[in-house]
Amino acid sequence: MFDRDRVNKLLPWISSPILLLVFLGAWQFAVSVAGVSPFILPSPAAVGDSLVTMFSSGTVWAHIKVTLIEVVVGFAIAVVIGTALGAILGRLPWLERALQPAMVAFQVLPKIALVPMFVILFGYGVTSKIVVTIILAFFPIMLNVLLGVRSVDRGHRDVMRGLGASRWQTFRDLELPSTLPYVFAGAEVGIVFAVIGAIVGEYLGANEGLGHLAFTSLNALDAPGLYAAIVLLSVLGVVLFFAVTLAKRLVIPWHESVTKM
Amino acid sequence: MTREATARHAAGDTSAGPVAGGSAARPEQAPVELELVGVSKVYQTRRGLVEAVKDVDLSIRRGEFISLVGRSGCGKTTLLRILSGLLPPSAGAVRASGQSIWKGANRDDEALRRFGLVFQDANLFPWFTVAENISLPLKLRGVGKAERRARAEELCQQVGLRGFEGAYPRELSGGMRQRAAIARALSYHPSILLMDEPFGALDALTRDKMNLELQSIHAAAGATVVFVTHSITEAVFLADRVVLLTPRPGRIRSVTPVDLPRPRSLQAQSSAQFQAIVRELRTQLDEEP
Repeated sequence: MFDRDRVNKLLPWISSPILLLVFLGAWQFAVSVAGVSPFILPSPAAVGDSLVTMFSSGTVWAHIKVTLIEVVVGFAIAVVIGTALGAILGRLPWLERALQPAMVAFQVLPKIALVPMFVILFGYGVTSKIVVTIILAFFPIMLNVLLGVRSVDRGHRDVMRGLGASRWQTFRDLELPSTLPYVFAGAEVGIVFAVIGAIVGEYLGANEGLGHLAFTSLNALDAPGLYAAIVLLSVLGVVLFFAVTLAKRLVIPWHESVTKM
Repeated sequence: MTREATARHAAGDTSAGPVAGGSAARPEQAPVELELVGVSKVYQTRRGLVEAVKDVDLSIRRGEFISLVGRSGCGKTTLLRILSGLLPPSAGAVRASGQSIWKGANRDDEALRRFGLVFQDANLFPWFTVAENISLPLKLRGVGKAERRARAEELCQQVGLRGFEGAYPRELSGGMRQRAAIARALSYHPSILLMDEPFGALDALTRDKMNLELQSIHAAAGATVVFVTHSITEAVFLADRVVLLTPRPGRIRSVTPVDLPRPRSLQAQSSAQFQAIVRELRTQLDEEP
């Protein structure tokens, strides 16, 4: 009758809509009862109207497309570079040692501070945002892959050695699959950073994109437009994150981090 | 019967006649399958050189079941890793059917194709299903998919994992995982099985059951088995000969034939003869400093 497991599984599906309603309620309360100026905080309905207008006029699609391209292309390149560098450094401990100070310096550097530089170098178009996205997203992926390459289980290596497996077979059946969870762990962090990179790039200098839309709305004192752009950016971030999670579920269904739905 | 077996017994002086009497299917006339000649292993550690194994001579005949026992840290695992070609010896030779398994610093992978290894941990690959894990050695040998699947099903049946072919290792219990690991080692019909405390992590009941199963697998496959354990009872129950190692450096203390008829039931463990062998081995083990 009272199945604890099933309730546990259903719980987020019940709690999330409630949390969303509470959030919207508090927002509406702040506007209509607490009397916050609509120039600072427009009502949820006004933001909704703004969204409807954006979609009915169709102007927003171009912005969505630009931001999406920046994030997806930058992220894809970051995955390739991060995986390749991580795999190389994982294999060559001396190279990792040699590069470690430089890597630490790069890691602690506030990379957002470099965004204006990339805008100068690569212009106001899509390229500079892709570069920012790559710079932000590749690092967590590289670090995870490096760790993954080092973490191949000794016992598993013994099995392959005992069976006389070739280098290629060891890579295909052992090293690659055992590193994949690390690639995805890095990618889940990387996709979030990639979205941040694209948005900050657009804030600082762009002529298209959702970040640019938010920025121009702010300058035009169009509060509903600004909030609508923020909502779209949030939705974009969530959708992309879930896309990565979905890919993980499909590629490594065997891993502990993948729970059964 | 003589239990005064000494290191000389191990030194390959098996030509002198039957080492053990017993049931008809005993391998005392069989040719030597596996040989350790003057094997030593020295490790370089931060605190200097450590001798793990010293001057081990051992001849194992085809179809024979050898148990290697000793205290923990006595070099049992090192010796087994040397036998299985995972570790090169510092001195001495390892021969399979008369051929050295090392050619200089390189392993002779051809000779090792007849070896099946089972480790302390099941070491199943979590990304493969049970069937894929079991048939991995066949995949590495280029056997086709259909044949691999058929063999995996057959083995699941044999080791009692029927119905779990499609399961992932994380869905199995410890005993089931170890069974899958044994099935993997059996998949390509190895003539030599090398097992390093495969049941060490299991509870006593499961262990008894696995021992019975291993006995029947050994009888059916006719493979030569070297079985490392720290349980004297388990060693005696399974073995044709029990090899006792001294600790640090590991040397052969004694080789004790076990003359009990096969197949052995768990009840055989309470027989006077069984108990006498166990007592003798325990005494030898306790004599050490």
